[in-house]
This record gives sequence, C-alpha cells and structure tokens, in this order.
Amino acid sequence: MIRIAAVSVARRLALAEARLLHTTANLACAKVERRAPVESNSFVMNIFKGDANLTQVFPYPDNLSEEQVETLGMLTDTCQSFLKEKNDPMRNDREGKISDEVMDHLREMGAFGLQVPEQYGGIHTNNQQYGRLCETLGYTDLSLSVTLGAHQSIGFKALLLYGNDEQKAKYLPDLASGKTIAAYCLTEPGSGSDAMSISSRAVLSPDKKHYILNGEKIWISNGQTAEIFSVFAKTPIEKDGQTQDRITCFLVERSMGVQNGPPEKKMGIKGSNTTTLRFENVKIPVENVIGKPGEGFKIAVQVLNNGRFGLGSAMCGTMRYCIEKSTEHATQRKQFGNTLASYENIQEKLARMQMLHYITESVAYALSGNMDRGYVDYHLEAAVSKVLGSEAAWWVCDEAIQIHGGMGFMQEVHLERVLRDLRIFRIFEGANDILRLFIALQGLQFAGGHLKELQRAMANPTANLGLIFAEGSKRVKRAVGISSPPTLDAYVPARLQMPAALLARSIEQFGASCESLLIKYGKNIIGEQFLLIRLANSVIDIHSMMCVLARCTRTLQKNLPTAEQEAVLVDLICSEASERVARNLGQLRSAEKLANYKRMQKTAQAMCQTGGVCTQNPLGV
Amino acid sequence: MSLRILVGCKRVIDYAVKVRVKPDHSGVVTQGVKHSLNPFDEIAVEEAVRLKEKKHASEIIAVSCGPAACQETLRTALAMGADKAIHVEVSEAEYATLQPVHVSKILAKLAERTQANLILVGKQAIDDDLNQTAQMTAGVLDWPQGTFVSQVEPEGDSLKIVREVDGGLEHIKVKLPAVVSADLRLNEPRYATLPNIMKAKKKPMEKLSAKDLGVDIAARIKVVNVAEPPVREAGAKVENVDELLGKLKDLGRI
Ligand SMILES: Cc1cc2nc3c(=O)[nH]c(=O)nc-3n(C[C@H](O)[C@H](O)[C@H](O)COP(=O)(O)OP(=O)(O)OC[C@H]3O[C@@H](n4cnc5c(N)ncnc54)[C@H](O)[C@@H]3O)c2cc1C
Repeated sequence: MIRIAAVSVARRLALAEARLLHTTANLACAKVERRAPVESNSFVMNIFKGDANLTQVFPYPDNLSEEQVETLGMLTDTCQSFLKEKNDPMRNDREGKISDEVMDHLREMGAFGLQVPEQYGGIHTNNQQYGRLCETLGYTDLSLSVTLGAHQSIGFKALLLYGNDEQKAKYLPDLASGKTIAAYCLTEPGSGSDAMSISSRAVLSPDKKHYILNGEKIWISNGQTAEIFSVFAKTPIEKDGQTQDRITCFLVERSMGVQNGPPEKKMGIKGSNTTTLRFENVKIPVENVIGKPGEGFKIAVQVLNNGRFGLGSAMCGTMRYCIEKSTEHATQRKQFGNTLASYENIQEKLARMQMLHYITESVAYALSGNMDRGYVDYHLEAAVSKVLGSEAAWWVCDEAIQIHGGMGFMQEVHLERVLRDLRIFRIFEGANDILRLFIALQGLQFAGGHLKELQRAMANPTANLGLIFAEGSKRVKRAVGISSPPTLDAYVPARLQMPAALLARSIEQFGASCESLLIKYGKNIIGEQFLLIRLANSVIDIHSMMCVLARCTRTLQKNLPTAEQEAVLVDLICSEASERVARNLGQLRSAEKLANYKRMQKTAQAMCQTGGVCTQNPLGV
Repeated sequence: MSLRILVGCKRVIDYAVKVRVKPDHSGVVTQGVKHSLNPFDEIAVEEAVRLKEKKHASEIIAVSCGPAACQETLRTALAMGADKAIHVEVSEAEYATLQPVHVSKILAKLAERTQANLILVGKQAIDDDLNQTAQMTAGVLDWPQGTFVSQVEPEGDSLKIVREVDGGLEHIKVKLPAVVSADLRLNEPRYATLPNIMKAKKKPMEKLSAKDLGVDIAARIKVVNVAEPPVREAGAKVENVDELLGKLKDLGRI
C-alpha cells in the first residue's frame, strides 16, 4: 500500500497542473522529486516525516556580534525617535499619502536602501537587523511600512538577488538613496493567487534589441510613485525545438512608457499608494531582463519568499503597540470599583496577547537568523511566519479594541486605523489560505518523496536493510502503540522538559498523520482542502512550539532577567498548542468530522446555486 | 580663526526611562537600563557640527569620561558629525564619584593635548543636574566662558554669544579660546542618519585614562544615601468650592 501511495503522490505532484503548488513553491522542490528525494534540514519540512530535525532550530540564532547589536541599537533609536516626532500616521491615513517632508527625511536618513551593499550606497544590514527595523516601522505606521517594504522588501529585490553587476551599478545607487522608488508588479485582473496564469506578454523586437511589453497589472503598491518596476510577463521561450510561453522578469523604467491609474480607495494602509499599471508597446532593452529569460517565475516566488521575514517582524511591532496601549488602558480605567486589569477576563486577554507576541517574535527572528546563517530552505518557515504574524496581529488589535470598550472605536485612540491597516496583511504577499495549502502540500510532497525512497529500497532489500529496519520499526512501533516520540531532552534545560515533551508528542502524531493521509488519499490529497488546512494549522502550532522552546532555552542559558517569565509563557504556549494539534489531527480521520466536511461542501454548493443564503426566513416572507 | 572644537559627551540614563533606586540606597539602577547621549550635550555636538558645516570649524573632537559603554555614546556623536573621539576610561567604581571637578581637569588637559580653542558642553547633565563643568573648566584653563547659550556666532578671534538669563537675553562677546555651555534653545539636534551611523564605526577613537593625563580622580564626595522622592498620597474628590474650602480649613491649610 505504501508503495502505491508514494509513487502516485510523487508523480501527481510533479505534474505541471499542480499549479497551486507551483504558484507558491520554490521551484527547487517542484522539479527534483523525479530523482532522489529532496534532502533538507528545514525543521518544518522534516516534521512531515515525523522527524524532529533540530539542525536549524537549535541553538536559537544568535549571530549578531556585540558591535552589530550596538549598531542596530543606534539605527533603531534614530528611526524610532524620527518616526515618533516627525511622522503622523493619522495624517498619512487622511491624506492618502506619506507626507512629502517625511519621505524627504527618510531619504536623508538612508531608509530606502537598508539591505543594499555599501558599494551601491546602502547600509547593508543583514536580515535580522532589517527585521528589527521593520518592527520599528510596524510599531508606528503600517502605511509607511508597506511603502518602504514594497520598495525594498520586494520592489527591487529581484535586482538585488538576481541582477548582474551592470544592472546593479546602473540602478541600485538611486534606489538605495530613495531618489527612485521601486514597485513589484505581478498581480493582474485575471491572476492573483494563481500567479502562473498572468497574461502580460513581452516579445522580442525584430532586431532582438528590445522586448515589446503589453499588459495590465493591478493593485501595485507604489504604482504611482515608482520610477523602477520589476515586471513579470510571459515571453516565448524556445526549448527543445518548441516554443512555449514562460515568465520573464524585467526591470522597467517609467520613462519607457509605463502608465498608472488613479490611487485606489482602500480600507486601510491608505497612506500607501496602490494603482493599476498599463503597458502599451513598452520598449524594454534586452539588457533589462533580470536573470535569464524564462526564469521569471522562480524569481517572482523567491522575491516574495525572501521578503516575508520582514512582514513577520513588522507584525511584532504592531502587536507591541497594541499591547502597550492595552496595558495602559487596563491599568487606568476603573469600572465596578476596580481597574480593568484586576479582572480575570481582561488578564486572560492580556496574557494571550503576550503569548501571541512571543510566538510571532520567536518565529520571525528564528527565520531571519537562519537566513543570515546561510540556510536556503526556509520557504515553509517563511510562510508560517507570515500567516502567523498577520493573524496574531489582527487578533491582538481586535482584543485591544475590546479592552478599550467604546474608546477603542474612536479614531483618536488609533486602534481603529491599525485594525484597518492590518486587514490586508492576511491577503497580500500570498493569501494566508493559499500559504496554508502551500505549507501542507510542500511538506507532503517532501514526505512522499521519502516514502518513495523506502519503496525503492524495498525493491532491493539486501542492499538497504538499514533504512528498511529504521523506517519499518518506527512504523511497527507506532502501530502497536509503543513508539517513543523524538526526544528533545538533550537540547532543552530541565525547566523546559515538560513543554518539550508536549512538542515531541505533537511531532510524532503529526508524522503519523501525514503518513496515513498519503497512504489513504495518495495523489488525491491535493484536492482535500479540509484536511490540508488542518494539517497546516498543526504545522503552525508545532513550529511555534519549537521556536519558543529554542528561544527560551537560550534565554535560560544566558540567564537573562526575563528567563522565568519566558519559561511560563512557553509552558502556556505548548500546553495550548499541543492540545490544538491533537484536535486538528484528530479531525483528519474522525468519521464524524469527515462527514461534516461533506455536509459543509453540500451546504456551500446549495448556497452558490441559490445565490446566497440557501434557507428561508422563519416567517416565510 | 578656524575652530578646533572639543565637545563633552556624557552617557546618561535615557530621558524616557523611569529611574529606580537600588535596594541598598547606594545609587540608581543602571544595569540593563537604556542609556543615551545627554540631551544638552547632543545640542552641543549639533552646534559644533553646524559650525563645521559653515566652515568656521576645522575639527570636532568628542570626549566622554566613564566606563567602556561610553564608546557607544561617542559613536552617536561621531554619527552626528564629530570627526574623532576620545574615550577617557574611568572604572564603574570610580565613575560613581566622578564629579565636575575631575571632568573639568580632564577637559582642560585634553584641550591642551588636542590644541582645541573651543570647548562646547551641555549646560548640565540630566542625571546629576550639576551645571558646573563648563564653569570649572573655564576656571582651570583661565579661559573666558559663555554659559546657557542660545546663539553662537564666530567673529574674528571672538565669539558673539546670546545667553539666556532670567527675564531676558544677554548679548556678550568672548575672546577665543573659550568655554561655552549649550542651553535648550541653541538648536534642534539632527537625527543621525543610517549611513552616517555605519560610517561612524570607521572614525578614529582614542582611548586614554585619567592617569595618562595626570589627573587625580580620587573621590571628593561620599554617597551617603540615595532615596526615591516620596510617593504622592492619594487625593480626594470634592463636589464644589464650598466643600473644598471646608476641607482645607479642616486640614489647617487656610
Ligand atoms: C493594498 C494591496 C496592495 C497590493 N500590492 C501588490 C503589489 O505591490 N504587487 C503585486 O504584484 N500585487 C499586489 N497586490 C495583490 C495581492 O498580492 C493579491 O491581492 C493577492 O495575491 C491575492 O490575489 P487576489 O486578490 O487575486 O485573490 P484570489 O487569488 O482571487 O483569491 C481570493 C480568495 O480565494 C482564495 N483562493 C484562491 N485560490 C484558491 C484555491 N485554489 N483554493 C482555495 N482557496 C483559494 C484565496 O486564498 C483568497 O482568500 C496588492 C493587493 C492589495 C489589496
């Protein structure tokens, strides 16, 4: 049975029509599984096999030298005081733009080229340092955060990661100084989550010196203010004597003929400029292709992938802001004779805010730290960080408003703006639902590859006894209920053994669930979204547990002043997260739940057929 | 006359931090507490940088006396535009009793050593609020002084200075070399830009000890006790003016 499943999953996932996977996936993984199974030390990847691979999670990244920490302190200080004293987020919201003075000042400050190498005029922060600065922005103004992020987290990232020396020398200095602003242009009217389906198209001119680009992009951040556009468009590519349309990445200057529509009227991040773009026979010199023709999809995905860590960190800043406001209000406002903070229901809200903040922060800085350590297989961790951060911040802001009561609804408290600003973070840079499916499918594909390896080993058992015994005995033990979950005892201090044991159990349950899903559904798992979403939710909880344990271990070892408080948080987080994992995994196989999914499907179908609510008013009118 | 400016840069507990007294009442808690460049010194640095930008000054040397962490403070001054820095290392223990009488002697020696002709300092540090360093330094060097300054303008071999005094402004002229202390309204310090922060790391920083300069920093005071200000007692609300007057009478205040 294992054999059939493994083969079919692997084959199915290799098919180009598994576009969902392609859309969000790093190509490295989509291509390779025909050969040897992909090896990876990614923690998230490996839990799909039931393994706790701790290479990238222990010790918690601690890569900044004392000098780098000091520099970072100075950078954050100056940014913080500048933003506090000079930037008015309400004004940006009201006027639908970041004020000119602030933009000019940010240019002087050097805020447009944070990760650009010094030779091109940037200040060359590493990822953790950049993340910390994103946090400062997230704390003060998400409109500003998106404006700067659309410029450097994604806008000219393709140039930074894949550009050649001439392209960098030509464009980076002006981009780094903020003299020119950049935009990342992927989304089109007919193509959002399914980015492979874009229809903008560029063809070579007869003299082969230019590409002629036609098409339309929508909802492009900095669309009106940008001078330099990273545009993704299809180009005919010849391969093995056949011509196929493949995506190519172009660096387009506004002066080449880019036109933009009026600024969109939005729910939030109103200070950030969003417009449509039109390309009508725009002539782009062939020198402005980034990477190779046809490589654009990989670039588009990798840019987003590489930019996600900044978003997670920004969310930490936003949460910190909401939490500070909440504790201030809760300790000052009195009702029924006592401060709000003295009531247990408020205490629970506050504690949960702190838990979510601690998780998001631990996950975000583990991610940027690992990127700085040079690991490249972080795409699942990046997706977890983005989903987690955007949802945690939304919940925290919502509860902050609740704690403020009617005050929370008033503009002057600023939380209503923050809530409006936050909503988009669950949608752009990969909708959270899509990222969940991506996490689940990528992981299953990885595990499927390993199942396939086992199946191959079975074909020649004598040569592969070791592997077969190791895998086989894991399964047998699990089947008869005497398995021992992976142990983390050697990694965490005694104080954290309890929560670590909960995590270990979750990892084991998770691995077993993946295996049985692969066996039961084979290639068809790709369509089982009820299950995939629950699987992804478990991944998010497991990775959260892992990161807080690793971070708190470091805190305890360094004996930092907050050590005991952090350990208490880890107790709480692991207790609740492991319970959620067990529940989510239980829902993958319980007959009752499986029946429920069918019921939901039927209900949704009925609704779409009726065109809305599929039941009648009880009065019949 | 081209200015060579020596600027005092004291490292103090950040103005936004809520200061706490140590349980043994020997001082305030400094461990793990955010520190920054004394705001009045920041104004002094800014003024020096502006003088240099206007081509009145040829070199700005930032000085800080204290433990190793002062180098961080000096790098802030370098990021704002100082050319080089001198760190006069004073151990934590000695620093607890370091007073303007010591610092002024150190500054005087450094002025000779660096051939500075203008010493710019903040009018006071926000931690001990002593307001003595400028005056004492001028005394040690026997240089003229301009204190609580809100405007400085070089003119030939002198400085035209506006001082903030009670009830008005005083316009004076001092001959160089001179000592000047910055008041709040002298200028609004710039934000250190990120590229300049990175560049500051490469600017020279000289390390000296008080001994190298021949200054005796033995304690002249002994800290007997440091206590928090008394906590404000809870008040009471009154309904109207009559009740207020009644209460005040009862308390014997009117
Ligand atoms: C303010 C703002 C700024 C933006 N900035 C930029 C930018 O700078 N550059 C850029 O290129 N784009 C930008 N975008 C576009 C953004 O990235 C897209 O909106 C996003 O990718 C989602 O695409 P979509 O809106 O077409 O939604 P769709 O793809 O239509 O998705 C709609 C919903 O359906 C779900 N869904 C879709 N497919 C599936 C499936 N197979 N299974 C289950 N559920 C599915 C999604 O999760 C989502 O909830 C911006 C958007 C906004 C609103």
